Amino acid sequence: MADALLRIEGLTKRFGGVVASDDIVLDVNAGELHAIIGPNGAGKTTLIGQIAGEIAPNSGRIHFAGRDITALPVHSRSMLGLARSFQITSLFRDFTAQENVALAVQAHAGHSFRFWRDARSEAELREPARAALARVGLQARADTIVGSMSHGEQRQLELAMALTAKPRLLLLDEPMAGLGPEESGRMVDMLRELKREVAILLIEHDMEAVFALADRITVLVYGRVIASGEPAAIRANPDVRQAYLGEQEATHA
Amino acid sequence: MLLLVEQFLNGLQFGLLLFLLAAGLTLVFGIMDLVNLAHGSLYMIGAYFAATFTALTGNFIGGVMLALIATLIVGMAVEVIAMRRLYGRDHLDHVLGTFGLILFFNELVRLIWGPAGMNLTLPPWLNTAVEIAPGVYYSAYRLSIIVVALVVALFLYLVIMRTRIGMLIRAGASNREMVGALGINIKLLYTFVFGVGAALAGLAGLMQAAILTAQIGMGENILILAFVVIIIGGIGSIRGAFMASIFVGLIDTIGRAFLPDMLKAVLSPAAAATVAPALSSMLIYLVMAFVLVLRPEGLFPATGK
Amino acid sequence: MNDLLTVRNIVVAAVAGVLLILPIYAQAIGNLFLLSLFTRIVILAIAAVSLNLIMGFGGMVSFGHAAYLGIGGYVVGILAHEGVSSGFVQWPLAMVLSGLFALVIGALCLRTRGVYFIMITLAFAQMVYYVAVALDRYGGDDGLTIYRRSQFADAIDLSNKTVFYYLCLGVLFAAVYLVWRIVNSRFGMVVQGARSNDRRMRTIGFPTFRYRLACFVIAGVLCGLAGVLLANHTDFISPAMMHWTRSGDLIVMAVLGGMGSVFGPVIGAVALLVLEEALPYLIEFVGGIFTSQDITTAREYWQLILGPMLLLVVLFARGGIDGLLADIRRG
Repeated sequence: MADALLRIEGLTKRFGGVVASDDIVLDVNAGELHAIIGPNGAGKTTLIGQIAGEIAPNSGRIHFAGRDITALPVHSRSMLGLARSFQITSLFRDFTAQENVALAVQAHAGHSFRFWRDARSEAELREPARAALARVGLQARADTIVGSMSHGEQRQLELAMALTAKPRLLLLDEPMAGLGPEESGRMVDMLRELKREVAILLIEHDMEAVFALADRITVLVYGRVIASGEPAAIRANPDVRQAYLGEQEATHA
Repeated sequence: MLLLVEQFLNGLQFGLLLFLLAAGLTLVFGIMDLVNLAHGSLYMIGAYFAATFTALTGNFIGGVMLALIATLIVGMAVEVIAMRRLYGRDHLDHVLGTFGLILFFNELVRLIWGPAGMNLTLPPWLNTAVEIAPGVYYSAYRLSIIVVALVVALFLYLVIMRTRIGMLIRAGASNREMVGALGINIKLLYTFVFGVGAALAGLAGLMQAAILTAQIGMGENILILAFVVIIIGGIGSIRGAFMASIFVGLIDTIGRAFLPDMLKAVLSPAAAATVAPALSSMLIYLVMAFVLVLRPEGLFPATGK
Repeated sequence: MNDLLTVRNIVVAAVAGVLLILPIYAQAIGNLFLLSLFTRIVILAIAAVSLNLIMGFGGMVSFGHAAYLGIGGYVVGILAHEGVSSGFVQWPLAMVLSGLFALVIGALCLRTRGVYFIMITLAFAQMVYYVAVALDRYGGDDGLTIYRRSQFADAIDLSNKTVFYYLCLGVLFAAVYLVWRIVNSRFGMVVQGARSNDRRMRTIGFPTFRYRLACFVIAGVLCGLAGVLLANHTDFISPAMMHWTRSGDLIVMAVLGGMGSVFGPVIGAVALLVLEEALPYLIEFVGGIFTSQDITTAREYWQLILGPMLLLVVLFARGGIDGLLADIRRG
């Protein structure tokens, strides 16, 4: 437990009268994929927001790679090796796919107070960008404006951008959202491969994907952790079945 | 001491005037998400209408009433012709489009009424001093401004908080499609709200016109102050606008009145003489900067309204 | 080569060409007013280009940009009044003070976004305006005459109108080139990215605030230089230089010309000011067919037309002239 890559202790967040995160304790080890599931409104995105640094918790601490990052701003966490993708696609819509990824490369290539050289012609930025695009299978769309890419391609691009910084931990907020069955399958394969090099904290509703990929699962309901452990144990857990999986099975049946 | 009381009342009066202007601005921004720089033009038009109608009818109250109705009509016309095409667009588009309207109205007023300003003469019964406390006299007109503005503020509060129309207005702000789906004519609602905002601006304009004069460009100077008020008070919040207006009005008036003397106590007379007027003008902007540093969302941000 | 021969590029080249030969043309037809008009156009184009750096590329719509025209101009005017006419002292000082002002209010204003930002920049510019009005010693509301333009120890004589014009034009071309390089550099990518999606930029690791602030300062310094030139051109400084309507004019130039390109604001400045001068003649000409209108009354109609025209541009031609020209190629 002491050498967990990400460790969250007693994280609490209140919005007015609503408790979005209630004393959450969680950890992610290097090399594992830890999935977070729970019904809508369980506070999953709020949790990710706090880990990423956009939302400040009311109490609790977040440790990453041995450091207390609770007070660290968003951009600093990225520099430490924390990468994130968004639930609702958040890209640079008027730029090309390659330019999007190149920006992610540039962020970790020293300071950007360089005013003269044409950034688009810099091999130092271009080559890693192309490589990242190839990794997710988007090399053919390198010069396409993001605004005209399909939803599935945009989700892939989100992933490519998160990977460029060679992160140690990937925060993925519903990467399968809006994907068709074929695209979902490809995403699952990609994540399975990725698991070997980078730890992943995954929020998902797609139960097939979750049980296919997760090494551990934590269940969140109304901001509280009601169960956490290996997939088989979670599946059998009566509280979980009642709160969440039961509903899911009913709708999927 | 007497001077302080007088300046306090002046500050209150100026603050309430600012509130009338800011209320319309924040209503339109909160409900239609529209930034209207031409709000100051409606302020100016109200003043010119009042000056014209009181001169024509020879009756102050009648002239004022006619001016308010006329400004309401102009406001609604502007909404139908120009504003509704701007809804949903980028705020920069609003700023540019309404800036164009300012140029247009300033020029139109100049063509119709001429470049020199117009005077709004007060009837004798307002142009006196009233004894508000033993031996303390204050301008009856300024007092009436305070009373009228407070009544209007109370009326606004009651309408927005306690009536169905007010509920619709508040609902429209948070969920436009829903209100439309309820069968309410959203377009009509927006036109009405804009018109009311215009009338409020016009009221503020004509009240001010009796103290200074009605002149071209009078709207722009006070508009900026109204925006400062909204920023300090929190955009979209009528209560915030009220608190902030009083606050701004008092600081600006009392600051201008007493700052020169306060500076003379600390600096040499020559230095005080140069610094004082500049500092007085800057005072309210310094306050705004201070608020921004501490609380960027304003002092009373709108949580509900 | 055909790629470069677009309608838009031809127009840009034509405008640049006109600006280059203008003094010669003015001399030839003996119209010195034309030279004065175009000097003013060039100077305001510099200001508009600097504004577009933060507005078009950075997404920071500043309604107080004319404040730097005032600061630059006032440094020159005040120093000249106090007996310091050396351009070597005035010009750098003007630019440094503009930069400092931009740094301070940028640090405050950039804590806000969208319409709040627009209004706050407006408010601070008004503050500077009122300070200038309160400066009795330097003319207050009436302004101050500059009796001696900036001196550069015989290296260049600014009172020669043609020489001065080419100096301004040189600054304009240099400014356009500089802004073009900045916009396409790594720094420019950060600023443009922050405009497109600031949240994303921070998530991938950019501390966007400092880059946007740096951009804001650069634009301020550039506009301060334009203010220095303006003061020398008019031999006069007054608070009117930085009235918020002047800031509005700069925004109009950038939008009218086209916010999406570096050269767009230059087209906008030329178009706006030429229109402002030419339209009354046009109206008089048209009006003269039906009635006999005095030229001065016709000039008064300018704002009446500009206002709605601006609204129409906003509604139907958002990309400005540059945008329209670029669309011609795409059909």
